[in-house]
Amino acid sequence: MSATTLRPRRALFGKGFKMTLGGGIVLGAVLVAIFAPLIAPYDPYQQSLSIRMKPPAWMAGGSAAHWLGTDAYGRDLLSRLIYGSRLSILVGVTSMLFSCLLGSAAGLIAGYKGGRWEQVIMRFADAQMAFPDILLAILMVAALGGSAVNLIFVLGVSRWMIYARVVFNLTRALRQRPFVEAATLYGASDRYVIWRHLLPQMVPVLTVVSTLQVAQMVLQETALSYLGLGLPAPTATWGNILSEGSSRLFVAPWIANLAGLAIIILVWGINMFGNGLREHVDPKSRLAPR
Amino acid sequence: MLAYAARRLMLLPISLFLVALVTFVVLRLTGNPVDIFLDVTSTPEQVAALTEKLHLDEPIPIQFLIFLRDLAQGDFGLSLQFNEPALSTVFQRLGGTLQLAGTGLLLAIVLGVILGLVCAVWRDRLADLAISSVAVAGQSMPSFWLGILLIQLFALKLGWLPTSGAGGWRHMILPAVTLATFLLPNIVLITRASVLEMSGEQFVIAARAKGLSRLRVLLTHVLPVSLNPLLSFLGIQIGTLMGGSIITETIFAWPGVGRLMLTSISNRDVPVVEAGVLVIAVGIVLTNLAVDLLQMLIDPRIRRH
Repeated sequence: MSATTLRPRRALFGKGFKMTLGGGIVLGAVLVAIFAPLIAPYDPYQQSLSIRMKPPAWMAGGSAAHWLGTDAYGRDLLSRLIYGSRLSILVGVTSMLFSCLLGSAAGLIAGYKGGRWEQVIMRFADAQMAFPDILLAILMVAALGGSAVNLIFVLGVSRWMIYARVVFNLTRALRQRPFVEAATLYGASDRYVIWRHLLPQMVPVLTVVSTLQVAQMVLQETALSYLGLGLPAPTATWGNILSEGSSRLFVAPWIANLAGLAIIILVWGINMFGNGLREHVDPKSRLAPR
Repeated sequence: MLAYAARRLMLLPISLFLVALVTFVVLRLTGNPVDIFLDVTSTPEQVAALTEKLHLDEPIPIQFLIFLRDLAQGDFGLSLQFNEPALSTVFQRLGGTLQLAGTGLLLAIVLGVILGLVCAVWRDRLADLAISSVAVAGQSMPSFWLGILLIQLFALKLGWLPTSGAGGWRHMILPAVTLATFLLPNIVLITRASVLEMSGEQFVIAARAKGLSRLRVLLTHVLPVSLNPLLSFLGIQIGTLMGGSIITETIFAWPGVGRLMLTSISNRDVPVVEAGVLVIAVGIVLTNLAVDLLQMLIDPRIRRH
């Protein structure tokens, strides 16, 4: 059948295209975040009640003074979105790093030590995998309160098991490879084997997983903000802007929609880049799900 | 197969104990529910009475034992918001969530499998590129924003469907579509990858060689086996579906367990939260078991291991 119905053709979008396009979007977003004070036309927290909920410039009643209009407190939406990119990217990347560290350590211990360690760690990972991560995050935010540090902690803890599973499987497979066995027989210490032989082999796969996880973290942050469990109110994050806008859909739909657009562009760019990266690392995996 | 099911069911109490422990620890960190439910004018006697009723005057380990004892009897105490047994509060809302989640899941599976098949059969053609690209874009979309867009278009602009609430099938459409999109993109991509992988297998080539039509081979030989990776994925994603349900119920003010959990957590209604979390956990564990058994039924190769 593979020779008849499902004949392979050359892909229209190759990995190079994906990585260039995705990487370009991500790079653009990072530059905007870094140079936010230079780019943003206004102070994102400057309220001005006389110009509340002005529509964007292309809509009736909009003006070039506020390209994307203003929100319910008369704050410039473009400036808020530009500043919002800072926290969204920061929270996304740091929570990814935290869960990567946590999960990789757990997976490495489970895979290297085996036995009881493996049983406890991997069963726990399986159990948490099945439990709704958003419910766990809600419980933890309710317990700890919403600050940037807590948010990063909660997001990190809610997804460590993704890394644990990947690293566990890799560790088990690598341990049986001749070069690792040889090193062990020569009397290399555990630490030497892990740092010199195991971890370097995992870098490509972990890079791909981490990239795609940043996208998930950004989405998760917006979901928590929407449920009122993100960073406290006036803080400009994309999730907060979207959530504030969604309560004013009748009068000012552009607030929620433009924030949603910003999120989808960044997350799509990250996913594109990550998928391209994965095809580069593992050419067989074209368009496989995560 | 029955022995396997029995062995899995025996593990159920262990999973539930873990969930109960985690929930208990987290909820004791959220602060004292007594402070929230009694205002400043309440007398010390009232505070003492409520504290005693919730066993908050006991040491924490004793509190946990009392909690476990009540749990074994299905007694979570009275809801602090509604003043009725917490478990029945949860069960009252369970129907709404099951209805929504069931419809959303069905929609996601039916649409996802069809679209995934289309992608696989016309691999790298226009249809595949279009559907796959939209699926990847769907993975990048905050699903609640889609819900908000749907409200804007179908409720506010066109006025065809109600914005929120429950009652009748017309209230069901927007929430179910929103919930379905939490899973749909991944279902499309998994079905696509899985069908492509399976169609190179020997039994498929044999079926073609004995003269069956392409369509017949696709539907009766390739598709059933390709559903297995999808089932594994769905087993893991039941949690995502519940999480999506919390968000969807909040967007559309749908009366279900998800929204109940959210309000109960912010109101520190400890009994309802504990009952809700455990009901959800039991549901997830049983669903996973059902998925495993279903996989054995579909693919004889798994049964032999």
